[in-house]
Amino acid sequence: MTLEMFRIDDRLVHGQVVVGWGQPCALGFLVLVDDAVAQSAWEQDLYRMGVPPEMEIIFDTVVTATARLSEYRADCRTGMLITSDIDTMVRLAAALPDIRNVTVGGVHHKPGRIARARYIYLTPEEALRLQALAACGVTVVAQDVPQGAATPLDVLLRGEGPT
Amino acid sequence: MSNGICSTMTSEMTRDIVAGHGGFAEGILSAVEQIAGLSHRFVSLSNAGLEPGAIERLLRDTIAAHGTKVIFTDLPAGSCTQAARRVQRDLPELVLVTGAALPTILAYACGSDIGTAAEKGRAAQIVVEGTRDA
Repeated sequence: MTLEMFRIDDRLVHGQVVVGWGQPCALGFLVLVDDAVAQSAWEQDLYRMGVPPEMEIIFDTVVTATARLSEYRADCRTGMLITSDIDTMVRLAAALPDIRNVTVGGVHHKPGRIARARYIYLTPEEALRLQALAACGVTVVAQDVPQGAATPLDVLLRGEGPT
Repeated sequence: MSNGICSTMTSEMTRDIVAGHGGFAEGILSAVEQIAGLSHRFVSLSNAGLEPGAIERLLRDTIAAHGTKVIFTDLPAGSCTQAARRVQRDLPELVLVTGAALPTILAYACGSDIGTAAEKGRAAQIVVEGTRDA
């Protein structure tokens, strides 16, 4: 096993991640990539609180995650890397061309965002960034939980994702 | 008499919060109502469809409206728990109980203090394995 899941989820470490994915996939570690969280001990404690003892959580900035990805790839445990927003994942993917799959797990409603699926709302700019990511050869799908279908980006952007 | 009125007014004004995934809170309060008729002491909140900032705002608005003292959430890792902890930074008198289930909330609704209610919730978790008659 290795770091094999790259997820965009504005709730970061929450029930779907820790339980929904964590148990069936036997996740051994989470890499939370967020420049602000990486600088805040309080924020790290907040996310650490919800992680079971058998799961390690690592906090990185985009820069440190980029430097350590090969280390995560070599880890014998199954891992998931999470960002809270599309921009952070785009920055990571630009620095790390071996990121080939990205799952949009949850981007919820905010003013200016349009519903694309039950759990994904995107501004036109965010949709363009995901399309640009896909144009670089990254497979982008929407999927909140393991039992849910993985919806391809083009289907998602047509508004035909899970409702 | 005035104490009684005051107490009644306080209990009417103060409502605690049950918050969690999907219909968790609504379901719990439905059970509280069926068993004890005390669901009016609580407000149910769901995180469904809400981004983290919206959950936090919803909690803050509800606390302000109802004078909430205690928030019960389902998962320690849940987004409602995280939002409640952010609110606690500004309102340190607020008590958060995670992993809450019906026995805990019911005990609290019926008058147990929060520590006792949590203990009752833990004590109510019993694994019963079946046995075959020889």
